[in-house]
Formats: sequence, structure tokens, C-alpha cells
Amino acid sequence: MANNKFLGYRRENGRVGIRNHVIILPLDDLSNAACEAVANNIKGTLAIPHPYGRLQFGADLDLHFRTLIGTGCNPNVAAVVVIGIEPGWTGKVVDGIAKTGKPVEGFAIERNGDHKTIEMASRKAKELVHWASEKQREEADMSELWVSVKCGESDTTSGLASNPTVGNVIDKIDPLGAYTCFGETSEITGAEMVCRTRGKTPEAGDKFMKTFQAYMDEVIEPHKTSDLSDSQPTKGNIEGGLTTIEEKAFGNLEKIGKKTQYVDVLEPAEEPAKGPGLYFMDTSSAAAECVTLQAAAGFVVHLFPTGQGNVIGNPIEPVIKLTANPRTAREMAEHIDVDVSGILRREMTLDEAGDALLEMTMRTCNGRYTAAEALGHREFVLTKLYRSA
Amino acid sequence: MPPHFLVHNPEDSAGVIVVEDAKAGMELEGWVMDTDETIHITALDDIPIGHKVAMGDIRNGDTIIKYGHDIGKAVADIKKGGHVHVHNVKTKRW
Repeated sequence: MANNKFLGYRRENGRVGIRNHVIILPLDDLSNAACEAVANNIKGTLAIPHPYGRLQFGADLDLHFRTLIGTGCNPNVAAVVVIGIEPGWTGKVVDGIAKTGKPVEGFAIERNGDHKTIEMASRKAKELVHWASEKQREEADMSELWVSVKCGESDTTSGLASNPTVGNVIDKIDPLGAYTCFGETSEITGAEMVCRTRGKTPEAGDKFMKTFQAYMDEVIEPHKTSDLSDSQPTKGNIEGGLTTIEEKAFGNLEKIGKKTQYVDVLEPAEEPAKGPGLYFMDTSSAAAECVTLQAAAGFVVHLFPTGQGNVIGNPIEPVIKLTANPRTAREMAEHIDVDVSGILRREMTLDEAGDALLEMTMRTCNGRYTAAEALGHREFVLTKLYRSA
Repeated sequence: MPPHFLVHNPEDSAGVIVVEDAKAGMELEGWVMDTDETIHITALDDIPIGHKVAMGDIRNGDTIIKYGHDIGKAVADIKKGGHVHVHNVKTKRW
């Protein structure tokens, strides 16, 4: 097994990050331009544009704040500049992030205009970059590592080999006290009764079933046409040989290993609160939406098995990609960090594949750029529960 | 020699082709992962990598088993060695 220690950035609240970003975070769509201008002015900062934040209300607004605040709180982020159209909601995001103890400052565009806002925010961002760039990595333990998992453009090789490889890693790091997270509510359809039995307590299993049923009743029933054809499974899934949502679901569940049990069920972007272990999060199965929510809950490194070749990344949480499909490994090699197609040729055991993925995980934690980072994949996609007022 | 197809569970109705050149008439070697058995089957169709091959004759309406679980139903008869996919198998869910 790989070394259980890694070199990370220890933050003010004790959490450990594996990247050291200074982010320029827009409260709303209107503030994207100013954020991008600041990131252009000040090297070493990263703008995270997105399309929402106006006239949202109720649970949808709560999720918007939880996702933005959680993104700022993630330990891969050293410091944050928040820009919003007005000071009220901007301040709410700043206050939420400030609870971690990390440096954060907000700027509002109304009464200033873009020019003045960009100037003020750029001065602050420069100061934060100087401060963050002197932070040093220090030794951290596996029990301080938060790992999320989600698969994409799956095919039958995902269920045969790449998802079980992720499951093998989960089974190896769970006893060491790691925090781990899986999601994708829709992709458990057909395997929900098996997923229920994987709860550590009957309460956890019941909470999962309640979440799954609510998704069926509130999302699928009112909006479905005759079926979820072309979406679950996707065109790519079908091209790769997956026939039904049930087949996809059983392959999907391979990602949580053979024995690890989930301790609790989380709302989208909710931070785990029941100690180390595996958590299920209620998320969409769309890759960027799911990873964005997991990053906002505090997960710092992501394991992403793909069959047909999903190319997703995330601005703050490195996404490690593995595939067992030899065609994908060959034709899309620049996107793949770990090739486990040897399992299908019986050249590699599942346990060896798990060790190879774990080793790449530790190297990534120590600073190695993932393929998605090197290629500039920074998909940040907010989950919208319903349309704005 | 690497196997042509893999089967999760000995009860499964279909195995997964893991080579890029499975053609009709080819004698295919398969590996049953759970039991570590080697089995043989003759392909009736050209079957792309990742797609499924029938382990036995399947009748219209039969439940399709994979991972040892129900993953849908046949909507046409499928011969042993035939291509199993969206043209002859559907979800029971919708």
C-alpha cells in the first residue's frame, strides 16, 4: 500500500488542503466580468464565474449560499475575494467564509461601478496572493484527507473494473479514518434496495431511502416523459454498451467498495458532521454539478472513473481520472491519469489497480497536477432546484 | 491469452465483450470473475467492445440478470451468443 502521509496546506480551522488557491468568487452572474478582470490583473488568482445568484428564494437560495460559502471554505482555497452587485448578499457569503478564519473580503459594484470595484478588489487580491504564496506544505495524515467519488460517461468497463478500483481505494482508506463521499441519486435507480443495506445504521439506510423517494416523487414523477431515455442511460453510456438504468446503477455502486458502509446522508453541498467515514450526498448525476457540490462540502480530491471518456475538472478540487476502457485510454490518453484496462486482460488484479490509484491520489495530494488541471478543465456548475422568482 | 468477455456472476444472463474485434462466428473465451472460471461461447453477431453477449437462449419477457441482479427484461428472443442491448432489452422501471 502507498504511504499514508501526504504534504498539504493546514488551514486556520485545522482542515488540510492539497491546493493553495486564491479565488475571486462572484456572488451573482452580474459580477463575473469584474471577477475575471481581477483574476486577469493579479496572477496566481482564479475567478470562478457562474450564471446564477439573482432572485433566487427559499431552499434554492439556501443552496446557492451553501455552495458559494462552501467553495470559499474548502481547504484547497487559501483566501477569497467576493464580488457581488450589492453589499447585502455579498456580505453574507463573506461572513460564511470568514468563520473558517481564512482571509476573505467582499466588494460590491453598486455605487462603485466595475472600474472602481476592480481596482479595489485587485489591490486586495494582490495582497492575498503574496500572503498565500508563502504558505508551506506540511505533513498530514490520511485521516485528514477528504475524498469524493463520482463516475461519468460510464460504460460496461466502468462496472467491471474502473468503478471497483475506486471501491478498492474506499475500502482501503475507510479504516484509516478518511472522509469519503458518493452521490448521484438518479444513478442508484434499480439498486436502491441494495444501497439501503449499505448504511452503517438502519437510520442511515432509511434516510437514504427517504432521499431517494423524494427525488422520485419531486423530480422524476412531475417531469418525466415516457422514460428517461437518452438521459439515463446517456447516449454515451448506450454507445459503450450499457442498456438500462438498473445496469448502470449496479455498476455505479461498485464505487463504494465491497464492505464500506455510509454513516450519513447529506443534503447537496452539506458538510459531513458525523466524523470520519463514507457519506452519501443527494446530487444530480451530471458530473460537474455533482463535483461542485462535493467540493463545496469540503472534499479536496476527487476520484473519477470514466468509460467513454468524460473530460470534467473542477476549479478547486483536483479530479483524478481513471479508465478501464482500452480504447479510451488510447484515444483520449491526455485525459487519463490512471489506466486500469489491464484488469480486463487479467494482467492486473483489482487490488493492484486500487494500489495504483491510491498512489496517484497521494501524488496528486502532494502537488502533481491532474490531467484535468493541466488541460484547464474548471467546470463549476451550480445546482438549481427551481426557476428564480 | 486475455479473455474476449467477462462475466460478473455465474448467474448472469450476459457477459461483457472486452476486446475490439469480436466478430460473428468467433469462438470466444470468457472469464467469470466471481468464480474465476473460464467458459466458451460462439458469437452469433459482431459485438462491439463493452457490449453484451447472451450466455444462453433468452426468451421474450425473461428477466436479464447482471451482477447477480435484475437489470431489465428481454423484449425479443435472444439466442445464446447473440448481441444483448437496447434493441432487445429494456428497463422494467418506466
